[in-house]
Amino acid sequence: MKRSRRFRSSAALLAATALALSSCAESQRDDSDDESDGSGGGGTFVFAGSAEPVSLDPFFASDGESFRVARQIFEGLVSTEEDSADPAPGLAETWEVADDGLSYTFNLREGVTFQDDTPFDAEAVCYNFDRWYNMPESAQNDEYTYYYGTLFRGFATGDRKDAAVFDSCTADDELTATIKLKAPFAGFISAMSMPAFSMQSPTALEKWQDDGANNPRTTDYSTAHPVGTGPFVFDSWERGDRLTLKRYDDYWGEKAIIDTAVIVPIDDSKARADALRNGEIDAFDLVGPADVGPLESEGFQIQNREPFNILYLGMNQKQAPLDDLKVRQAIAHAIDKEAVISASMPEGTQPALEFIPPTVNGYTEDVATYDYDPDRARDLLEQAGAEGATIEFNYPTGVSRPYMPQPEDTFNVIRSQLAEVGLKIKPTADVWDPDYLEKIQGTSDHGIHLLGWTGDYNDTDNFLGVFFGGESSEWGFDNPELFDALREARGLPTVEEQTPAYEEINKMVMDFLPGVPIASPVPSLGLSPDVSGYEASPVQNEVWNTVSID
Amino acid sequence: MLRFALRRVGLMVPVLLGLSLLLFMWVRALPGDPARALLGERATPEGLARVTEAYGFDRPLWEQYVTYLGALLQGDFGNSIKTGQPVVSSFADRFPATVELGLSALLFAVLLGVPLGYLAARHQGRWLDTLAVSGSLLGVVTPVFFLAILLKLVFADTLHWLPTVGRQDARIDATHITNFYILDGVLTGEYDAAWDAAVHLVLPALALGTIPLAIIVRITRASVAEVLHEDYVRTAEAKGLAARTISRRHVLRNAMLPVATTIGLQAGLLFSGAVLTETVFGINGVGQYLFTAISQRDYPVLQGYILFIAVIYSLINLLVDLSYGLIDPRVRTP
Repeated sequence: MKRSRRFRSSAALLAATALALSSCAESQRDDSDDESDGSGGGGTFVFAGSAEPVSLDPFFASDGESFRVARQIFEGLVSTEEDSADPAPGLAETWEVADDGLSYTFNLREGVTFQDDTPFDAEAVCYNFDRWYNMPESAQNDEYTYYYGTLFRGFATGDRKDAAVFDSCTADDELTATIKLKAPFAGFISAMSMPAFSMQSPTALEKWQDDGANNPRTTDYSTAHPVGTGPFVFDSWERGDRLTLKRYDDYWGEKAIIDTAVIVPIDDSKARADALRNGEIDAFDLVGPADVGPLESEGFQIQNREPFNILYLGMNQKQAPLDDLKVRQAIAHAIDKEAVISASMPEGTQPALEFIPPTVNGYTEDVATYDYDPDRARDLLEQAGAEGATIEFNYPTGVSRPYMPQPEDTFNVIRSQLAEVGLKIKPTADVWDPDYLEKIQGTSDHGIHLLGWTGDYNDTDNFLGVFFGGESSEWGFDNPELFDALREARGLPTVEEQTPAYEEINKMVMDFLPGVPIASPVPSLGLSPDVSGYEASPVQNEVWNTVSID
Repeated sequence: MLRFALRRVGLMVPVLLGLSLLLFMWVRALPGDPARALLGERATPEGLARVTEAYGFDRPLWEQYVTYLGALLQGDFGNSIKTGQPVVSSFADRFPATVELGLSALLFAVLLGVPLGYLAARHQGRWLDTLAVSGSLLGVVTPVFFLAILLKLVFADTLHWLPTVGRQDARIDATHITNFYILDGVLTGEYDAAWDAAVHLVLPALALGTIPLAIIVRITRASVAEVLHEDYVRTAEAKGLAARTISRRHVLRNAMLPVATTIGLQAGLLFSGAVLTETVFGINGVGQYLFTAISQRDYPVLQGYILFIAVIYSLINLLVDLSYGLIDPRVRTP
């Protein structure tokens, strides 16, 4: 008797647990049904990024997640074309460049106000430019002001003040602002499309921001009071959990369809895909290559961005026999890029000819190419007396970059291709952050290695200058001719003049062959079938005012 | 009792000082440069130098430690290198998530474990006992992360019964006061938000609570079995006391002492399990943040968080010691 009662109680406990589980499930489904039941307009759009934003004041940010938020709240003088990285009108409708390239006049859009009712005019533009230029020295470092420091080369004060490119900003009239530069800066208009150089409300900055703070990213402005002219206003940020934006009803342009946008951080790409499948999010960025096919076949939308990145196999010329051009050519001929792509990159990825993707200025097909040809590779190795040479192959673990979604797989394919032509490969794996980077960029203790770069804006120097602008332990070569050519190209006043210069540099680089450009993997977004109006952009200029949820 | 508690708290001071020094040395012994971790793949030598200088990593170690300790004594734990957020406020932001998870896991383990262990002891050698003993063995040996991934795969990713990630549905516009989401939902009357938060906790709590559950079952079973053979239980039975009275007053109460110790120890250990569980289920608690901090060499966060956890661990142990007094009156007399 006793026993049976106890048995009943434990059975009841189990049943209760099961019941709780299944009713939870039901509630989950109900919730998502309720929410996606809208009638075209309104609703909440939940987007998963890969990390938390670092700062809501985009001037102090250099990460994609901060910029994702900034693009909804803020706008710059210049925007980009929908499907390219080319400049398009933003808060400035038109602009004129003086012949010497030292003066830019912006004609501003009329009737624009910041979200706190401060008028957007030439005074506001100059307020922003003057603010950047006059940053206190405590904020003049690569951590806080990477883009300004890199592009404008210096500030009003500090050790880089003589190199500063910015001279002055004048408000000619209410809607005309003229920027004067001390030196030509061909990428100026392109740079103005970057979120870091968004126009921010002078009133709000005065009230909430303190550029001289110990950490300007944790001020009231940078964590809770960003004010711009964009289609969404900041609502709340629960650190680590979610950031909520609301529609700005007085937006000057096409008003947002959705009421609310929520951005959640999910660091693992597989977890983002699972959350989409489970209806917890509506869209996410950086779909893992392995998830693209399955998601598509399950009825989810996949949107590809034009790639704006490059993956290469670097070769350290400080390590013999990599200092021999014939050996480098042999390695280039030994690699079957198509096989590498099909094994470790998303569908639609194209092999690379040079160290910039086709969307970047100065791209040319007229460079030395190294087709997959194992016999030729063996010949070249023989000529160099390097048959059967041992080469260290460094690759990173625990990382996924847009240009390098699965480095371990990429490594494996290339390793077997190199072994095929008789090279002995000594594999060396290191954890990406910071061991791998430290070893590749901080020491000469590496042979061939995988690395790459995602561009920030359409400026060739942002690729070639970053890679080959000077002597570095990554490449281990000294090529003054190349360094000079890059410096000259950077100083040319207009993009039109830069184009032929960069084409020449691309040819020079591919003859010299410091490494093998592999591919520009296509970055993909995953979206629920209910989402429409999402417009992918190669430089991630994706503003959600056109997004709707059915 | 009060003096006992005060002395225990006082003893924590030298322990924490020693720990702060050990931690300081340990995080700096980690390979890798935090400045490089911060600036990423295109850090320039000048950029690295500027960041290194800004954080004082170029100064002698002892000087860095003295500065750190000085700030620490004023309650300044520094700022995260990666996010710039003050360590204290980032901990305060995330701690409720971890406590909520830890309490749910513990609640699951205790509410299921104690009765199960008791029943197993009362029916030694029967099927329920065999099931409890072998089940708990399986529970003890299953790694937390494995169970977490398995549960997520089956109930969230495949069956879609439960959410896969986070603490609350992003579409619920919930008001958060205390950052304990269930509590917040109850306080504000947003019961759907509270329910949703609870639903999000089911799988993580199961994953995190399984090892404590298994241990509690085994300890309770052993302890109850021992007490059942005590003379006073036989005496109580002989004098005709009701079975229920014997169970409650004589058996359970006496058997609970080792169980309480175990629960206390498990509560502390939940933190280490939380690192894995939070990472798998994307719960932005202390554990997940700690995990990221390790990979990014975020020195201030590592030092601060581990110190906080040490303090909390010590406090939990103190509470357990104090609870002996409640369970066993004999402890109260010095």
